[in-house]
Amino acid sequence: MPGKLKAKIVAGRHLPVMDRASDLTDAFVEVKFGNTTFKTDVYPKSLNPQWNSEWFKFEVDDEDLQDEPLQITVLDHDTYSANDAIGKVYIDIDPLLCTEAASIISGWFPIYDTIHGIRGEINVLVKVELFNDLNRFRQSSCGVKFFCTTSIPRGYRAATVHGFLEELVVNEDPEYQWIDRIRTPRASNEARQRLISLMSGELQRKIGLKVLEMGGNAVVGYLQCFDLEGESGLVVRAIGTACSLEKLSSGSILNTHTHPNTAPASNACNSPSKDGKESPLAHGCRSTHNSPVHSACSAQRLSQNFSISVPTLIFTGMGSGGSAGKEAGPLKTLLRQQTQTALEQREFPFFTLTSFPPAFLLHVGGVVNARSVKLLDRIHNPALGNTRSYKLLDWNSVTADEPETRDAWWEEIRQEIKSHAKALGCHAVVGYSESTSICEEVCILSASGTAAILNPRYMREGCLDIGSTDHRFEEPSPPTCGFCHIPYDELNMPFPAQLTYCYHCRRQKVPDVLFTTIDLPAEAAVTGKGCLIQARLCRLKKKAQGEVNATAISNLLPFMEYELHTQLMNKLKLRSMNALFGLRIQISVGENMLLGLASATGVYLTALPAPGGIQIAGKTPGDPSNEQHLLTIQKRINEATAKNKELYQINPPELTEEGVGSPIPEPRQRSRLFRSHSESSDEISELDLSHGKKDAFVLEIDDTDAVEDIHSLLTDANPPRGFYSCNTETMPGIYNWTSGIQMFTSVRILRLNNTNLTNQGLNKIFTDLCENLLKSFYFKLRSMIPCCLCHLNFTVAVPEEELIQVAVTAVAMTFDKDQTQEKLAEKLIPKGGSDTDEQLQFPMELCADSSTINSQPSSKISVSSLEHSSPLPDGRSRSLRSSRSFGGSTVTVVKMTPLSFLPGTRIIKYLGIINMFFIRETTSLREEGGVSGFLHSFIAEVFAMVRAHVAALGGNAVVSYSMQDCVLMENPNKNQAQCLINVSGDAVICVRESDQDSLASTTTIGHSCSSTTDVTT
Amino acid sequence: MSVELDVFVGNTTIMDEEVYQLWLDGYTVIDAVKVRREGGVLDECEANADVVLSDTMDQYRTFQMCERLLHSPPKLANQLLFQITPHRQTILIERYYAFDDAFVREVLGKKLSKGTKKDLDDISAKTTVTLKSCRRQFDNFKRVFKVVEELKGPLVENIRHHFLLSDKLAKDYAAIVFFANNRFETGKRKLQYLTFQDFAICAGQLINNWTVGAVGPDSFVDNMVEDMDVDLDKEFLQELKELKILITDKDLLDQHKSLVCTALRGKTKAFNEMEANFKNLSRGLVNIAAKLTNTKDVRDFFIDLVEKFIEPCRSDRWTAADMKLYLTHYTNSVHILDTFKHQVVWDRYMGVIKSCIFKMYHD
Repeated sequence: MPGKLKAKIVAGRHLPVMDRASDLTDAFVEVKFGNTTFKTDVYPKSLNPQWNSEWFKFEVDDEDLQDEPLQITVLDHDTYSANDAIGKVYIDIDPLLCTEAASIISGWFPIYDTIHGIRGEINVLVKVELFNDLNRFRQSSCGVKFFCTTSIPRGYRAATVHGFLEELVVNEDPEYQWIDRIRTPRASNEARQRLISLMSGELQRKIGLKVLEMGGNAVVGYLQCFDLEGESGLVVRAIGTACSLEKLSSGSILNTHTHPNTAPASNACNSPSKDGKESPLAHGCRSTHNSPVHSACSAQRLSQNFSISVPTLIFTGMGSGGSAGKEAGPLKTLLRQQTQTALEQREFPFFTLTSFPPAFLLHVGGVVNARSVKLLDRIHNPALGNTRSYKLLDWNSVTADEPETRDAWWEEIRQEIKSHAKALGCHAVVGYSESTSICEEVCILSASGTAAILNPRYMREGCLDIGSTDHRFEEPSPPTCGFCHIPYDELNMPFPAQLTYCYHCRRQKVPDVLFTTIDLPAEAAVTGKGCLIQARLCRLKKKAQGEVNATAISNLLPFMEYELHTQLMNKLKLRSMNALFGLRIQISVGENMLLGLASATGVYLTALPAPGGIQIAGKTPGDPSNEQHLLTIQKRINEATAKNKELYQINPPELTEEGVGSPIPEPRQRSRLFRSHSESSDEISELDLSHGKKDAFVLEIDDTDAVEDIHSLLTDANPPRGFYSCNTETMPGIYNWTSGIQMFTSVRILRLNNTNLTNQGLNKIFTDLCENLLKSFYFKLRSMIPCCLCHLNFTVAVPEEELIQVAVTAVAMTFDKDQTQEKLAEKLIPKGGSDTDEQLQFPMELCADSSTINSQPSSKISVSSLEHSSPLPDGRSRSLRSSRSFGGSTVTVVKMTPLSFLPGTRIIKYLGIINMFFIRETTSLREEGGVSGFLHSFIAEVFAMVRAHVAALGGNAVVSYSMQDCVLMENPNKNQAQCLINVSGDAVICVRESDQDSLASTTTIGHSCSSTTDVTT
Repeated sequence: MSVELDVFVGNTTIMDEEVYQLWLDGYTVIDAVKVRREGGVLDECEANADVVLSDTMDQYRTFQMCERLLHSPPKLANQLLFQITPHRQTILIERYYAFDDAFVREVLGKKLSKGTKKDLDDISAKTTVTLKSCRRQFDNFKRVFKVVEELKGPLVENIRHHFLLSDKLAKDYAAIVFFANNRFETGKRKLQYLTFQDFAICAGQLINNWTVGAVGPDSFVDNMVEDMDVDLDKEFLQELKELKILITDKDLLDQHKSLVCTALRGKTKAFNEMEANFKNLSRGLVNIAAKLTNTKDVRDFFIDLVEKFIEPCRSDRWTAADMKLYLTHYTNSVHILDTFKHQVVWDRYMGVIKSCIFKMYHD
């Protein structure tokens, strides 16, 4: 299916001065696609050239259309020497290949140079004509829709959810090729940008092919990542969920996008189950690594491909070994051949989605988690007869005699995840994600998800109708609590959990605590509000090389996971909550330390039992001063718990009915945090336990570590009044969002100058870093109160030995405070009325207010006598004599959000995914305001380029925006820095909810959208 | 342990107006943090000193990045780097181009050259405006001057269009440009009592009435002249010489005096002084007119007005109402003089003089 790509270069503006003598520029443009290049004429002596070129036509295969970006280079013509490049624009053609997405790309693009940043703008038009061709053996996958959104996109319904998609491509990193020594940094950066653009294009095409093979038409929850493995190469990998989507008619959209009207369930359940007196840390979290034995057995293969699997850790302390180490022998069989793909997918019933259509999710087991430490070595490039200018290796297609590849590594991890899910009695994993952390030649691969049981009907072809007929699923469990019910066999539990009858339906068993990686299901009943809960941890390790290093890391990992989990659990209890959603545990490796950060949103699920409080136990009972100390701590904890309950409005009705007057059980019968294995003292029973539940939580204080822990537990500040925060899509308990939003990215790097740091010292520094970041956000966004920081996504890294980097992307959203309790009110609030002037009004053009200033579209006004007809206030009718064109602004406001929706608006069209990779480098770091100034402008530039691409597609917003990578390298002594940023999201057109009636019938809203919606502002 | 890097970037650029003002006023980050803390910012949102410092640095960086765009404000509306609401854009520009009256008084009428720029530290010391702020204000004056210098058409409109300023601010800048171009002396001790706004209003009068562009569209149908609002109308200045007859022709002078005195008699307490000083004052005003062909005398226009007219009247304790009365009759009586043929020039001259003196006649 060949196609014709057409591009037209219209004009440039704000170009930099390239000729010092004249203070002007002689600009022309090269338009390149594949190996074909066209040039415009030189437009002499202007910083605002008007090329108005002909349509440049490229006749190409659709395979190339998917892989290649359109490359536009703006140059300054020089008669005597080589032409100087001003900058480039890469335009991804993909959105034009899908009939339902954008039809034309037209707009101003920032001209980007990797050394100088944005240097002016260029106006470009791009169109594609595809010829229909039904070749069954085609290599392209045009027409498959991609969504970063990790739920069924609004306005669509999932006819079938086919399953897991994964693919990776590998190449040499141009930065590490020999030629890099002789070429300029600019050339090297551009080679890298281009290569990654090509690799992402190819990756997407291959994923698309898999979708077509599975009979689907879309990829949802598409997540693409780069692994910069340095010397050993560059890996671009992606995962996603194949679906068959159907567009909903405009009428039915209304039903799907609003929250189901499930008021917080009142329940009178007051009888705790009899069983489960012993509840050692039941939490439904199961994180495993291969057993220690395995690291020994894999040692025989250490020579080239070092691989250590980390010992299994079952947090409950009971699970015996979890999945025993698997021999790596059958790995080869896992390397799939393309033809088998569809069948093989069933092998991994994984879903990258985090929220689901109603009745899709039946039960949730808990978090499953697998990590493995690998040693990187150079990716061997078997000589492939590749005629392209770049070399792309796809390990799936290389079946012969390859070394252990990245693909096999991931297979291994996925197998583990799958077996963990099985152990939890689940047949599927939802909210699945994969990540890596690389330091030198050591790489930690991580995968995590939530074990779940799904409604099998969704897997079958064409038997679903989700939008309207929920009643078809005659599930025994009520929808608001069904997902909490244990999927595993009560008598044969994978880990010891304390089970009770569901507090909502009282028919099924539920665990006392539930951890998940997904968003809170819309139908779930929640008491009070949720909050962000973070566990932070630093562990020092000795500097080492190779296998020794990898072994050291893998030995530390289980302890880190354990500690993180302990912290999460304690903090959850302190807030009187019983479930975590959106759990994301990140472990980042540096030369001399490991950083662990677990973020999640805690909530009180009404269906789960109320959590007990936290009790402090001392190790040395006899010591009176110690006793006193313990009492003080206990008091503080109790106060904090009570305060939190009030803050998050957690008032479950059944709290008081039981427990009052019930005898406090002996400490050793209670759940216990195994700080040490010493006996806890009996004196504890004398403490006043205001939380008279028998499942109270005991913290033993037996060493300084424990004291530290408790202090850190108590020092976590709650958000200031008027603020809430969460890392899920929306805040449980808040339903009436108003339309004020502010997406932001913040990066902070700490340098540890003190070389003699202890683990505790490091922990404190790291904790303070995260806490201070949050405080900064609250302060900066204080004008938006009442507001909630949603989708707080923390990413930690150890870029250099002494540095800790934390990058955060989130969105602040305003809500209507008065009606937070009323879910139903959502529709009734007039959305526009509550906007403040400070907020950008939705899809307004920037010029709207400045019309009085920029009243003259001056480029069109000729300097002639007609000007005298405009009388000026002072009676003299004179006019402007400017030949400069200062028109009103034509910059479309583009909103960005990491969420899948924009409050108060309705997405009427998805225009395709935005997936952009930029490199920025400087050799004048000081002049650019130091490393902060450098990164600040780079992030601003990335935002600007994303907005420009969305606007050119005719969109006015980006949803599910995320910054996957932000890699900063600096050398202040050389006055140099380099930064790589990778961002993605879904470009959309949306309209205010109040406008939906007038626009409901509009089927093709392209560029006219902005003008149409102007009316509303 | 130290913070190596700390940035916060919003999709919509976040700007605190208070911090912006501190930045404009030339405060260092440390001083700005101090001011903010004293202003009670720590009470908001449970902030601490680090948070305020971090926020201030972020904002200062943002402003520095925006500064380039503020140098040609229309770019701000078309640039893609910062997403700023139009409302915010207007505030940013207006504040950036705002100036301190104390500062502008010091440089008004001076050549906007490197030499003057070197004296800015003295001015800064004298006015207690920070040097950084002085530089910004001076550079703004100079930038506006340079841009409109090359343009044709009405001055105020050009400024408003090219710098997107409010009407009021554009008029002030027009005054500054006009004063700088004609190098009016404003720094003499005798002129110290005049505020910038006094001068700005006088400048407005001169621009609207005495410049080339003031004559009206009819005579310039296809002939838009450069600097039409900046340079005084040379032809007009030549014609002003003709007014001399009002003081050289003794009959005319007496006739004029008697007409004015008749009209004033009984209407003011200062009548006697008016009558006694009539010839002196009239000579003063007409001589100013006659000399305006000399660039040097144009520069001394305001000092001459003060010395030749305002000071004598002030020493005779004329009230502002007296002044108004006198000048009205002084101007109108000329219309009755049959032998005087230069009524148009006279009105064009006296219209401006009247307004200027009204404005300047205060303590």
